[in-house]
Amino acid sequence: MLDITNLHAKAEDNLILKGIDLTVQAGEVHAVMGPNGSGKSTLAQVLAGHPAYEVTEGSIRFEGKDLLELAAEERAAAGIFLAFQYPVEIPGVSNAYFLRAAYNEQRKRRGLEEVDPIDFMDLMDEKLSMVQWSSDILSRSVNAGFSGGEKKRNEILQMAVLEPKLAILDETDSGLDIDALRIVAEGVNSLRRPDNATIVVTHYQRLLNYIIPDYVHVLSGGRIVKSGGKELALELEARGYDWVREVAA
Amino acid sequence: MTGSVESLVQRQYKYGFTTDIESDVVPRGLTEDTIRLISAKKKEPAFLLEWRLKAYRGWLKMTEPHWPNVTYPPIDYQDMIYYAAPKTAKPLGSLDEVDPKLLETYEKLGIPLSEQKRLAGVAVDAIFDSVSVATTYREALAKQGVIFCSFSEAVQEHPELVERYLGSVVPPTDNFFAALNAAVFSDGSFVFVPKGVACPMELSTYFRINTADTGQFERTLIIAEEGASVSYLEGCTAPMRDTNQLHAAVVELVALDDATIKYSTVQNWYAGDENGVGGIYNFVTKRGKCAGRNSRITWTQVETGSAITWKYPSVLLQGDNSIGEFYSVAVTNSRQQADTGTKMIHLGRNTRSTIISKGISAGHGNNSYRGLVKVLPKADGARNYTQCDSMLIGNECGAHTFPYIDVQNNTASVEHEASTAKIGEDQIFYCHQRGLDTEDAISMIVNGFCKDVFQTLPMEFAVEAQKLLGISLEGSVG
Repeated sequence: MLDITNLHAKAEDNLILKGIDLTVQAGEVHAVMGPNGSGKSTLAQVLAGHPAYEVTEGSIRFEGKDLLELAAEERAAAGIFLAFQYPVEIPGVSNAYFLRAAYNEQRKRRGLEEVDPIDFMDLMDEKLSMVQWSSDILSRSVNAGFSGGEKKRNEILQMAVLEPKLAILDETDSGLDIDALRIVAEGVNSLRRPDNATIVVTHYQRLLNYIIPDYVHVLSGGRIVKSGGKELALELEARGYDWVREVAA
Repeated sequence: MTGSVESLVQRQYKYGFTTDIESDVVPRGLTEDTIRLISAKKKEPAFLLEWRLKAYRGWLKMTEPHWPNVTYPPIDYQDMIYYAAPKTAKPLGSLDEVDPKLLETYEKLGIPLSEQKRLAGVAVDAIFDSVSVATTYREALAKQGVIFCSFSEAVQEHPELVERYLGSVVPPTDNFFAALNAAVFSDGSFVFVPKGVACPMELSTYFRINTADTGQFERTLIIAEEGASVSYLEGCTAPMRDTNQLHAAVVELVALDDATIKYSTVQNWYAGDENGVGGIYNFVTKRGKCAGRNSRITWTQVETGSAITWKYPSVLLQGDNSIGEFYSVAVTNSRQQADTGTKMIHLGRNTRSTIISKGISAGHGNNSYRGLVKVLPKADGARNYTQCDSMLIGNECGAHTFPYIDVQNNTASVEHEASTAKIGEDQIFYCHQRGLDTEDAISMIVNGFCKDVFQTLPMEFAVEAQKLLGISLEGSVG
């Protein structure tokens, strides 16, 4: 599904990613871990097409398409979803309106018909239950005045509505208490299917108790320095990131 | 990233056509003779000519104000045409007699002028250059005793009402542009809603400047008697010309005991091109007087056009318990400049006012909010709430807020909140990531920003305002 080869990317003049290779198949969950400043979030943003980053070398192929040729909104329509580390507030725009606009825009780009507001509300009922939320949330402005936990939960609600092929969760666990963490993780798990994939970017092992990865990759200094199965996350938790750096060095 | 921003910015002004129609114009320039000529052409009673001349003499002693935060080259008042009317042999009796070319113009503008469009449910008075062309629905309104006609007709048919209320809110020598208007105004709309009547439909006026180098000086007077209510909307467009045209209108509202007047404006005058050549100077005086107890006046304005906007729709809160409201969205893009806001003058007891102002600046636009809240000594228990929000799009625009607060009564409560936001790359990227393109994203963010104001517009105009806003800001983010 996703093939990243020798990916180099910079922000302004700082080279942050220095040769990432990563392959993700449909049905898999990959965890990308690493210390602060290792390039985890940059990788997530580059995959989604954030304009602040420039890819200087390497390639990203997604379902056979050259992802770097696509604008961010085209990547979204192609099935890439980024759950933001810091979800953005849009005052005055209701969640329901935003979600429906995004949903219909993606459908249009895929050559499908738009869904009217009434049918959309039916769809929302089902999606809201995935994140254990009442419909009150739909009339509130997008993320405005939301608590940290609500913002993260709202990201998962959007993911549930948009049903991406590849979901990238960027530090979705940060700022969540244990109950919210469980709800978010259950939401993500219930969206897992054989034809989609998830990349979980996280600093801590904690989230991986709930979302069990097939593979764990450790990022350090803009490169993947170690890959393994889910037990690697536990080992990291026990031994710290310095251990990997030493191994890599 | 998405589309060509440049091509979007250079999108043409949709209403920039001119209508090829013969006009009756008076020679350029302004003297007492010009005023006498205008007054004679309009067969006005003596009191009105005197009133005009008094205003003119006052105007001669005044100087053009330069305190607004806008810049423009000097205006040559002697090089302007003060009266232009579509040439017709005789006064128009009904719509059937209106020049088909004019009707075509209004078709293009999307105005439901023709009587067959009665179902649209909006009564329209259309002002073309200086003269009111036709007023629809007059008969239906007359049954309720509501008078809705052109100002000229009101002068002929209801001179006693005109004489009583004209200048009662904006005196003829109130300010430079109001005095100029009082001297040379040619037409406008007149509304009178008698005691206890709720006007059964929205009243609407469309203004259009067609003739080159014409100033448009229309005058609107709306009176709601005791317990009456009326909702009025004006819309404005003009052809694209590379010279600037002056629009110096005056609007006066009078609300007696328990009366309500809601005045909404969707202003889309030609704004000039992307380099600031041409466009309308919109220097307007709008003021309402809550003369009676429990009366209420609401101004809602959506200002997207004009090269320069300079207006402060205000309310004199004279009656006890009266309410004044001002809701405004002002957009400046390219080289547009706006200095707009309101004045709420609390005179009566327990008077309340609310000001919600949303300024949006894009391109090289410069947007200023200027507002005065004044509480006089007798206004016990007066309250004001002001919220001024500015949104910046891009790095070369400006937003300014000039609040003036003058409280002379210690039982008054005055609140002022202000915020400035910038549409950030992060907001746009967030929308992109969910599949929305730049245009949809900006339109959504801006409409969200303006929601508090749009909610106060009549439904169909809220939709129009949202679309207009989208068009005004297309391509404003790179």
